[in-house]
Amino acid sequence: MSVDALYQEIILDHYKHPRGKGLLGDSLAESFQVNPTCGDEVTVQVAGSAADVLIGYEGQGCSISQASASVMSEMLNGASVATMKEKRDAFIELMHAKGLGEPDEEILEDGVAFAGVAKYPARVKCALLPWMALQDAAIKAGLITEEKS
Amino acid sequence: MASVLDVARIKKDFPILSRTVRGGHPLVYLDSAATSQKPECVLDAERTFYETSNAAVHRGAHQLAEEATQAYEDARAAIAGFVGGAPEDLVFTKNATEGINLVSYAFSNATAESAWGGAPDPRFILAPGDTILVTEMEHHANLIPWQQVCARTGASLRWIPLTEDGRLDLTNLASLIDSTTKIVSVVHQSNILGTINPVRQIMDAAHSVGALGLVDACQSVPHMPVNVDDLGADFITWSGHKMLGPTGIGLLWGRTEALNGMSPFLSGGSMIESVYMDHSTFAAAPSRFEAGVPMVAQSVGLARAVAYLDDLGMDAVHAHETELTAYALSALEQVPGVQIIGPANNVDRGSAISFTVDGIHPHDVGQILDSEGVAVRVGHHCAWPTCRHFGVPATTRISTYIYNDSSDIDIAIEAISTAQRYFGTRV
Repeated sequence: MSVDALYQEIILDHYKHPRGKGLLGDSLAESFQVNPTCGDEVTVQVAGSAADVLIGYEGQGCSISQASASVMSEMLNGASVATMKEKRDAFIELMHAKGLGEPDEEILEDGVAFAGVAKYPARVKCALLPWMALQDAAIKAGLITEEKS
Repeated sequence: MASVLDVARIKKDFPILSRTVRGGHPLVYLDSAATSQKPECVLDAERTFYETSNAAVHRGAHQLAEEATQAYEDARAAIAGFVGGAPEDLVFTKNATEGINLVSYAFSNATAESAWGGAPDPRFILAPGDTILVTEMEHHANLIPWQQVCARTGASLRWIPLTEDGRLDLTNLASLIDSTTKIVSVVHQSNILGTINPVRQIMDAAHSVGALGLVDACQSVPHMPVNVDDLGADFITWSGHKMLGPTGIGLLWGRTEALNGMSPFLSGGSMIESVYMDHSTFAAAPSRFEAGVPMVAQSVGLARAVAYLDDLGMDAVHAHETELTAYALSALEQVPGVQIIGPANNVDRGSAISFTVDGIHPHDVGQILDSEGVAVRVGHHCAWPTCRHFGVPATTRISTYIYNDSSDIDIAIEAISTAQRYFGTRV
């Protein structure tokens, strides 16, 4: 089907079997983000330190937003802030590539499956939702200082 | 399924319905509650106006200005006539949202004017203790303007709650509408649930305590015969683009004295009587509410749209949709895992049908339908509190019109099954 590029097997797998889902007992900061056009919701928490960031999340919504949270959590749990920023920038760039991006699997891991999402403008917001929550939570926690990427 | 309308012929009048989408699928357009498609005659009317008579209306001494003004006022008369109203009671707005804001701002403005020594119509002055009544199934366009009025004036918002099957629970109407009530603003036909509400009963209750009444008729005027006098309202708003007309034009009908009781909303050219450096006086309705150069070509297009609907006959349009809605409801009920959000029976029900599919988010349902050429709306349909009432974050909605037939429903139903197989919720 034409949507196979959107619904990669990896995405459906993360949607059906989310990795690392759940909130942390204790966190430095959290951010609740909602996509007002479709009602997708995600809460991302951060804890740990700049050398070892811990991520917790909860959410409800479409396959793309929830799989994105799962992929993000799997990729970034225990990473340093520097790694987090590198992967975040790579993911955001991929989402803005209109489906023409050639993602580096070394950096984005399962996140490469989202390349096809960028062909569907209405779904880019879904994919970015947990990443925006992470960004906001990390700023609130003082782990990063920039306003936006 | 035989229809009272010749849908095959009607489809040919809509150029967009012959295009394909997503790699060659014929377009199955089931999103008319969001906006309708436009027949060629409407597009032609707009183009012909621009090619032959384009000028600013109600100003200028040349022939084109005369013709444009005539076309604009003829359109007003035709559209007013379509709903049994008088032309002088029909205001052109940019959309229905503006119509509701226009009335809600009359309350804000009168309240502010009275605080500074003005003497506005007292029916529009609000104070703490006053109440405004809406329903729990309002489109945001008929909710947020009233929340804003409350925030500016100290009035309180009340709402008529919903029953489990998506109808208004009128059990406590007598206590919801009391001496504190200043305006009752309710939707005629819900854009998310499809429910057709007993607005006459609610408007009569409003008038029994001296309150004003507004009906949001966006989803009813395009789909059934509506006569402004029958609704018993002081104000009725609807949009042009949902009834085969162009975007950028909406309607506010009001009873003459109710319209003329309102302070202006947008002010500037065209809406004045006399202007001095320190003050101005204003024209009577409808001009009072039409500041600036209006949407003339769009009014001409919309007048052609109502002529098209009149040719079909609104009774026939309504009969066709009732028939198609019954077909769609029964087809959806047979799909395992589909839950209809809103009235499941076809009594007092319009053609917008919201539903959920177990285990698949509406956004994903809509995406798979789109991949099969089926255009539907997903999300909260600008009725987020209604979704909250039913405990769902969003729904998928199909909504039909004169150019849809049962084969469109069949394709949508098959696509829902495809989505279920794709997401592994059905073998």
